[in-house]
Amino acid sequence: MINLKTIFAATVLGFGLAGAAIAQESAATEDDTITKQHWSFAGPFGTFDQNQLQRGFQVFKEVCSNCHSAHLLAFRNLAEPGGPSFSAAQVKALAASYEIEDPTADGGKRPGLASDNWPSPFATEQDARDANGGALPPDMSVLAKARSVEDKFPNWLFNYFTTYAEGGPDYIHALMNGYEDPAPADFQLPEGKHYNKYFPGHAIGMPPPLSDGQVQYVAGADGATVPLTVDQYSKDVGAFLMWMAEPHLDSNKAAGFRVLTFLILFAVLMWLVKQRLWRKVEH
Amino acid sequence: MATESNLAHDDTPDTGKRDFLYIATAAVGAVGVAGVAWPIINQMNPDASVLALASVEYDMSKIETGSAVTIKWRGTPVFVRNRTQKEIDEARAVPMDQLKDPERDQDRVKPGHDNWLVMIALCTHLGCIPVGESGDYGGWLCPCHGSQYDTSGRIRKGPAPKNLVVPPYKFLTDTKIQIG
Amino acid sequence: MSSHESTYVPSHPVAKWIEDRLPVMGFAKSTLIDYPTPKNLNYWWTFGGILAFMLGVQIVTGIVLAMHYTPNAALAFDSVEAIKRDVNGGRLIQAVHSTGASMFFFAVYIHIFRGLYFGSYKAPREILWILGVIIYLLMMATAFMGYVLPWGQMSFWAAAVITNIFAAIPVIGDPILQLLRGGFAVDNPTLNRFFSLHYLLPFIIAAVVVLHIWALHVPGNNNPIGVEVKDKRDTVPFHPFYTMKDLFAIVVFCIPFAWFAFFAPDIFGHADNYIMANPLVTPPHIVPEWYFLPFYAILRAIDFNFIIDSKLLGVIFFGGSILILFFVPWLDTSKVRSGTFRPAFKWFYWLFVVNFLLLMWYGAQEPALQVIGPFTVADVSKLSVVYYFAYFIVILPLLGRFEKPRPLPNSISESVLSKPAPATT
Repeated sequence: MINLKTIFAATVLGFGLAGAAIAQESAATEDDTITKQHWSFAGPFGTFDQNQLQRGFQVFKEVCSNCHSAHLLAFRNLAEPGGPSFSAAQVKALAASYEIEDPTADGGKRPGLASDNWPSPFATEQDARDANGGALPPDMSVLAKARSVEDKFPNWLFNYFTTYAEGGPDYIHALMNGYEDPAPADFQLPEGKHYNKYFPGHAIGMPPPLSDGQVQYVAGADGATVPLTVDQYSKDVGAFLMWMAEPHLDSNKAAGFRVLTFLILFAVLMWLVKQRLWRKVEH
Repeated sequence: MATESNLAHDDTPDTGKRDFLYIATAAVGAVGVAGVAWPIINQMNPDASVLALASVEYDMSKIETGSAVTIKWRGTPVFVRNRTQKEIDEARAVPMDQLKDPERDQDRVKPGHDNWLVMIALCTHLGCIPVGESGDYGGWLCPCHGSQYDTSGRIRKGPAPKNLVVPPYKFLTDTKIQIG
Repeated sequence: MSSHESTYVPSHPVAKWIEDRLPVMGFAKSTLIDYPTPKNLNYWWTFGGILAFMLGVQIVTGIVLAMHYTPNAALAFDSVEAIKRDVNGGRLIQAVHSTGASMFFFAVYIHIFRGLYFGSYKAPREILWILGVIIYLLMMATAFMGYVLPWGQMSFWAAAVITNIFAAIPVIGDPILQLLRGGFAVDNPTLNRFFSLHYLLPFIIAAVVVLHIWALHVPGNNNPIGVEVKDKRDTVPFHPFYTMKDLFAIVVFCIPFAWFAFFAPDIFGHADNYIMANPLVTPPHIVPEWYFLPFYAILRAIDFNFIIDSKLLGVIFFGGSILILFFVPWLDTSKVRSGTFRPAFKWFYWLFVVNFLLLMWYGAQEPALQVIGPFTVADVSKLSVVYYFAYFIVILPLLGRFEKPRPLPNSISESVLSKPAPATT
């Protein structure tokens, strides 16, 4: 028989060797470790905060979407459950306020419909580059899943148990708060770039997009307000971008809970069946 | 040690308990199989982007009397015709017994909007798109097999069995309809 | 399948009529129900059933995904997103398929390492083992091509790097590379053929699995003590004893599977694969999926020329590290099957397991990362490569000669009875 103790010892030995390696590595890291935020949608039971998504959408609409496209977002998504959950009428009015390219319409343009996707601020990639000093603002549709936070060993092992998948929003939040002007004295900042301590290479084309008080939130139904700060804006837009990248997160996690409950029940029953069958067999 | 025969013999006393466990487990397993089967079938249903186009709105203010447009609804063409009074009168003068698929013109339009005829533009024979303002009845003529429809879109002649289908629609304003 | 006669006696005349012409029921009964199975198999043996289940899961979810996927370089990325966003339950089906690949490999590694520990490759099961290695190779090809289909940055660069491996072959390398890619670089033709093959290969795997099971049923199962079945007292019928035990194991296996598929569907993936493929930008840090990491580490560890250039040498080691599995039945000279009775073997075996995990870790690191003192991943991984090959080429052949195994029980029944009695009977 394989001895469990042997496996354990071997595993500890293996990870111990690797762990010694990491101790060396982490000593060299700089002060650019991204602080993980508390997100309402973290963990197996996490769900999106509808108010936060609505605020995040406001930041996205008023700030980000001036330069960034989000071609996979459809207006109708904004009314779907598990998202910002605007009303169908709100979404219809919102869509109608945008012009959509449509070769079959008179003049090639028509007011948007709920079924349309979010229109891009620039017609072509080259237009986008020209308007942004040569840098291409990335599409935001799945941006929150296209960015991540690198965890050092052995921390990433725990992620399998905590289901940590918020590296994207954490990075986005950090990036929004990572601008430094002037850049550190020993850093050679290229013309037209901005210093951001969390951006890989630190020289980012995007100027600081958010400033305190820039977006005026409407007070919630209960009169509650949130601070109008860059920190709050970036949390809200981080959450919104995560929803945009994973719009069915809430319902998936709810389904997961049901499925796991079922599997555990079924496993217990199967174990009893198996025990009963094998009870009379010496094995 | 255990062969099938002595197992069966040994288990006889608690057969009832055993049966309950087996039946309960099989039932739970069946629920699991059904729970897995449903999403695998349901994924073939129209997806969210298709359903979002299940109803369309159309502004008819630019369609002049005596002309028609073809719009797309659920992937099929739909005729929207602004009929002349003559066409309406012709359609309403036809006695029911001359019709292959008897239906009153009044029942094929919305009350108060008698000039607007909205129909799925597929011949009820084999699904070709009929040509407007042609045929013996001043309505539609299907180029494929010669079915002829009158100014109410009712089948008058040819192999098609039924009148052109009126889709579900409603007037949002006097000039705006929602189909579907 | 051929070794044991069917005991099926059809009672209904129609059933008898069919059975006389196509004895499918008798075949099913003898292989799935009556099949005499050693009664001392432990839970490591349930992974065969788990793997069959996973193959089914991947084929069913894969067929579903293919109904919505578009194999076109311009549309593939968005079509995968459309599956996740718009198709009914699409995100879950896609998540089951992509995390399913990882669970499949997790199970196959346990299955392979179980075989290595208990000597399941030894006579008369050499062909059974070789068919298993073939299945493993087919799985690798299938998983690799499946990973390319979403057409993200990692997909694209994985395709570029892996097809480049063939360019290392002297003289014919470049023509082969162009043949595989259908162009001078990875592009739409590559994506199209990978989709076609990704759809085809699982059915070939299924066919080889049938042969694998056939080859299993001729000599019968190996077992934890490695002593062959002597008489009927050593076995139980496959059904219900092992059908129910395997089913229980499958349900338990589904618990972590569902955990990942529902709560962390991207945890085995890489963020860069959410950026659409761009032939002009290589991601800063490309790593293959975790299940290829040990072999990727072996490929990278060879960074020196020795008679031939380092690229070809790396590819030879990379290929050799998998192909060597074909020869294990003849490299292991020990007469004793089960590692349980081989005191020295155990140590080398577990060191091999740890070494394999280390290679996996090295594969995910930057080669220049300093591990111990001034030594980098590129340096220490060479040690691991040496042990990997030494285990097969030196240790297994020599151990058989010099190791003194512990005495074996006479039979399965004897070994079972000598165990302390179970608490409840």
